[in-house]
This record gives sequence, C-alpha cells and structure tokens, in this order.
Amino acid sequence: MQRSLNIDPDKCTSCLQCEMACAYEYEGVFNPAHSRIKVFAFHDEGRFVPYTCTQCAEAWCKNACPVEAIQVDSATGAKIVVENLCVGCKVCTIACPFGTVNYDHTRGKVFKCDLCGGDPACARACPTGAITWVEADWTGYDKMRSWAARTDNAPRAC
Amino acid sequence: MGWQKKILRVNLTEGTCTAEPLNMAWADQYLGQRGLATKYLVEEVDPKVDPLSPENKLIFATGPLTGTPASTSARYSVITKGPLTGAVACSNSGGYFGAELKFAGWDMIIFEGRSPSPVYLLIQDDDAKLLPADELWGKSTWETEKALHRIHQDPQLRISSIGRAGENQVLYACVVNDLHRAAGRSGVGAVMGSKNLKAVAVRGTRGTQVADPQRFLQVVAEKKQILAENAVTGQGLPTYGTQVLMNVINELGALPTRNAREVQFEGAEKVSGEAMHEPRGSEGKPNLVRNQACFGCTIACGRIARIDKEHFTVVNKPEYWGASGGLEYENAWSMGPDLGVDDLDAMTYANFVCNEHGIDPISFGSTLAAAMELYEIGAITDEDTGGVPLKFGSAEALAKMVEAVANGEGFGKDLGMGSKRLCEKYGHPDLSMTVKGQEFPAYDPRGIQGMGLTYATSNRGACHLRSYTVSSEVLGIPEKTDPHVTEGKPALVKAFQDVTAAVDSSGLCLFSTFAWSLEDIQPQIDAACEGDWSLEKLMEMGERIWNLERQFNLAAGIDGSEDRLPKRLVSEPASSGPAKGMVNRLDEMLPEYYQLRGWTPDGVPTPETLQRLGL
Repeated sequence: MQRSLNIDPDKCTSCLQCEMACAYEYEGVFNPAHSRIKVFAFHDEGRFVPYTCTQCAEAWCKNACPVEAIQVDSATGAKIVVENLCVGCKVCTIACPFGTVNYDHTRGKVFKCDLCGGDPACARACPTGAITWVEADWTGYDKMRSWAARTDNAPRAC
Repeated sequence: MGWQKKILRVNLTEGTCTAEPLNMAWADQYLGQRGLATKYLVEEVDPKVDPLSPENKLIFATGPLTGTPASTSARYSVITKGPLTGAVACSNSGGYFGAELKFAGWDMIIFEGRSPSPVYLLIQDDDAKLLPADELWGKSTWETEKALHRIHQDPQLRISSIGRAGENQVLYACVVNDLHRAAGRSGVGAVMGSKNLKAVAVRGTRGTQVADPQRFLQVVAEKKQILAENAVTGQGLPTYGTQVLMNVINELGALPTRNAREVQFEGAEKVSGEAMHEPRGSEGKPNLVRNQACFGCTIACGRIARIDKEHFTVVNKPEYWGASGGLEYENAWSMGPDLGVDDLDAMTYANFVCNEHGIDPISFGSTLAAAMELYEIGAITDEDTGGVPLKFGSAEALAKMVEAVANGEGFGKDLGMGSKRLCEKYGHPDLSMTVKGQEFPAYDPRGIQGMGLTYATSNRGACHLRSYTVSSEVLGIPEKTDPHVTEGKPALVKAFQDVTAAVDSSGLCLFSTFAWSLEDIQPQIDAACEGDWSLEKLMEMGERIWNLERQFNLAAGIDGSEDRLPKRLVSEPASSGPAKGMVNRLDEMLPEYYQLRGWTPDGVPTPETLQRLGL
C-alpha cells in the first residue's frame, strides 16, 4: 500500500521541528535553511501551513529534466533527484507549479522531498499531528470522518 | 558542540563588526546565554556605569541548546545593566530570532559604545555589517520588520528591534522579535535605543550541531514525550496559555487588584484564559484565534488573538484588525485586574500596542495602576493627565495611556519613568509596587509567601521568573507546599533560583520545568555539549551565576537594604479570600535565606562562599 504525506494546517503551531528533522535527515545538521519542507506563517490570519512536494503523478519536474536526473522511487512513488546526474540547470524548478523543487547553490544541484525512502522524518518529528504519513488513496479520511460526525444530527419528527 | 564557539563584537561608536572566539573556559563555568553573557558583562562593564551611557554594553546571547531539536529550544536573552533598576538586567525571549542567530554561526553579539546616528545590524551567516537606519527610526517593531524584509528582499530574515518606546528610552522598553515575542523586562530596549541601534536582522544557513547526535536525539525524543503527557505542558498551556492561571490565582486570593489594594478581582473570569475561548456576543467569534509555538517548542503556549473590529479601541484602525500576539497571564493581569479593567478586547489592544512599540506590559500596567491610585487620592489631577480621567476600571484610560507611552507624549512621559519614579514625583513613594525599581507581576505575596522572598531577592528587581515558587506553592510542582507558611520557603526559593539560572543558560524555556526537572534537562545538555555536564555541576553553576549577579549589583551600589517589599505587602492585610488577614512575612524568611546562601546578615556573599563557587 502506498503512503502519502498528509498536511493539516489547523494543527500546525509553527514549531519548525519538521524543518530541523528534514535537514538533519539529509545533511546531519539541524538547519531549517536546507529543509525540503517549509512552514509558512500567515501571521495576520493566525495560520501556519507546512508545505512540501506532494509527489504529483504528472511529475512536471521529471518531464522537464533533460538528463533524467529525476526518477520515480517505485516503492514510495516519490520523485527523487539523482544527485550525480543532476546538472543544476534548474529547469525543473521552473516546471514545478508548486515551487517545491529548489536549487542549492553550495552543491550546484536541485533538491526536493523524496519521502525519506518511505519513513518521512518530518512526520516523525511533528508533535501535533499536522504532518502525518497515511494511506495515499485516503488522505481525506480523517477530514471526512470529522465532517461525518457533524452530519445529520438534527432532531426529526419521526 | 552545541556552541558555535564564535561571538560577534559590534563597536557602534566606530561602526565595526569583529568576530572573536567564544571564551570556552568561561563556557565551561557558565554554559551560555544568561550565565555566560553575565560573565562577559561583569568582566567588561563597570557596575557603576550609567545604564544609558555608551559605556554600558548590550549583549544578545543564545544557549548551547538554542536552535536544536530539543523542545523549547528557541530562547535567547538580552543582558545589560538595566536603566529601570540600575541592576543587572537579563531578559529572555522566544520566537525564532535566537535560533536564527545560532544558524548564522554565532553564539552571542556584544554591542559596545553608541552609534552617532541610527543604525541596524544585518547578519547573513559570517557576514555582519551596520547599515543606516534613519528611515526606520520612529517606526514600530511591526513596520521595521516589514521594511527590512522589503529592503533586503528576504522574507526569511528574522528581526529583533525596538519600537518608539526604546527610542524614547522609556525605562521599561523591550526588545521585540518576530512581531510579538519580547525580551521584556528591566528596560533592555531603552539601552538599545540609547545606543542608536534600531534592529538586528539575521539570516542563518549554517545550522547547528551537537556533540553526540544519536544520544541527543534519543534523549530529546524521550523528554518530549514527558511534555506531551504532562497535564500542564500537554494540555493546560497549549489550550489556555499561561492565562490558565487567571481563575486559579484569583480563587487563591493572590491576584493583585487595583494596584494591589485588593487580592481578588470581581471581573477575573471575564479576562481569563477560558474567556478568551468564548465567542464574543458582538460577532460570535472568540478573542483567541489559536496557539503558536516558539522555535522547536512542542508545548506551544503562545496566544494568537484578534480584536473585534467594532471595538472602540480599533474602529477605523484596520492595522489592528488582524491576528497577533494575544494576552499572556502577566499582561492580562497588569492591564486587567491591576487596573480594575475587565474588557478583554481593550486589554488585547493595549497588548498589541505594547508589542508594536516595545513596551513591557507588566511594568506599564503596574505603573498605570499606581497612577490610578494617585489619581483617586487627588495626587494626580486632570491637569497632569491632559484631561483623561485615570479611574480604576476605565478601559478608555488604558487605551489612551498605552498610546501616550508609545508616543512619548503628555502624561505618557511620566508613565514611561516606571512606577517608582512616578510615585516619588507625585509624593507617595509607598504606592509604588516595585522592588529595586521594577514592578512586581501577577502573584500577591500575601497569599503566596514564597513569592515575597522571590520578589525581594530577585537580582533584576521584582520578577516571577527568577524563582517561580508558584509551581510548588500553588500547582504542587515538584511537590506541594503550603502557600501561607514561610517555613521551608528560603530553601525553596534558593533551589528554584539556582535551577532557573541553569535553565536560563541552556537555551531552553523555563516553562518546560512545569514537566521537566533539572534531571530531565541535564542529559540533553550533556549530550549536546562537550565536557561532562553532571547534575551537580549544573546546580553549582546556577548558584555561581546567582552570586555573580549579586556581586554585580553590590558593586553597582544595590545592597541588602533593597531586598525589601513594598510597604503595602508587609503591612496591609489581604482583604478577602483564603489569605484574608495575612501580610507577607518577609522578615521571617530573609535571614534564613542569607544564611543558606552563605551570605552575611547584610546579604553579602562571604569570602568562603565566593571561593567555593570559584568567584
């Protein structure tokens, strides 16, 4: 069964534990600047939203890559950057509609979420359940359930 | 590791920025943040210096755990000689700025001298430079943050700045970072203003590392679990913030009300943490929008609140319609019960203005409370206040006066001096609810005896965050003691003071200690830092820091005669509640406290004590 990252912004407190965990997974340093997941604060609204690659099936990044440096991890469905193939042309960063592929100037390569090979560090680090690792076909299950609980509670005549 | 082992020295007079290695011999004795920066201050600043002169220094300091995955690892402190007290000042803040400073590769910034014109410091990893801030001067902390993001085209810059209060050298001005987190007390923002330093903007991409990552991550995960499962840190604080205390302390008869004339407030429930969740009658939405964490924090006690657009304080002021930092318990007390005000949205407005312009709400509210009492007895008149009736219970007076302090106009100038100087000016020094010139916060020592000794002996003037015996006397953490007795309190206060000094030097938040003991914190420090950080070493270090601060104050001319409480607390009995008829019995506690500390009967550390602590 394939799994997917599921993000529930309502639960995010903006502690940034996910960003530290992500960077540490890849680089062994606690460094939000190199995280593949970013938490955005919409301060005036009091909203915090973690955002990263959703591993779209279309894979615009993969299709745009001229050297086939972006490949699909068949186990997880993640689109992963093969570093020794990447030439740092950044065409994928233009092709991605969501901005979740970015360039690291220190290495001259692009980087993106690869689902940590199937055990995402961000989901493990999240203390509030704002980022969870759930069945890919049912990311809406919890939301459906919470709305289902509110449905059809009106008193009836018979 | 844990430390970046590098500090930035900024000479504002010369306009220079210089990197230098962190003194690791001192780090081994003082760990970081509060302790280590105090060591630098003591070594480099004459304790007799005028706090607002170029000879004073201003230190921004992180701890070795700041910016690591340890929970509550957001903290940094601003250390200087405080203008409100003349004592050592050390104000602690959360948010994201401290961690960012670490990520840029710095443990500490030491500001020296005074810039000839307004400047701000920009740090991008190793690169640090002073830039002109003429166009930022006069702007609020909110406007400053926006402007710096725009000027540098970098929305990820983390900003710490002063508002107009710091520029005008309001004696209780704060340093504000990330819009609504503050190094709040003792006027550290006024020192920043006196140096013509408007802001520090940081972007860090180097990250942090620890000495033993595997052990560190394992212990950090275990300790996070304790926070999650604890009733205070896992439920009470995320749901209600520190405002969980409003009703509790009121029922205990320890809520200073109307300038501490009373100890219970009839409107407490209306301004409580629970009330912040209640939908407003006017628009059906509650004051509270949600909670927010500081960097790395798995407690997330911060309040994000919104004012009803129709409320009189914000009509036609759309800049206050959005969500921002809401009421914490101390602020809700100082701008609520202590003024007799029960209007949650007016208090939230005053809180926004305090954040916006860098005003310490505890000192501001308590100073206004004193002014209201002076007004009531006729010592202050409408002529003094510019026609604003300073009546207890007036939300209008609160809103007008917080604006007056922010703008440095009219009676706001008098209020900006703090309660001690205000009450002296108007001829009633006994009405000032201060110790060593600093206003005490939201716990009445008549109903919580240990807090009397806490306030009297705090090295930065009256403060709850130097030995929060409320934990033991009210909440039963780590074990319950009777708030009405004095027996055992000197030892309790000393133990809390020493542990707190150690926690404040680590980069972690004191609020973690609702669930964590030093035994929980020690292995996190030990795994992150080189060297052997045993419990005994940390306890001794806490005591060393306390004595070092005391030595600075003594040299500054603040001696044991100032370990005193306002007359009201020791002579006017509590008028209602469980502590009815009681005063604070400081005299029963102070001599034993001195003895336990190894100090003379005058409150001076003996040579043996200093030698034992390596001072």
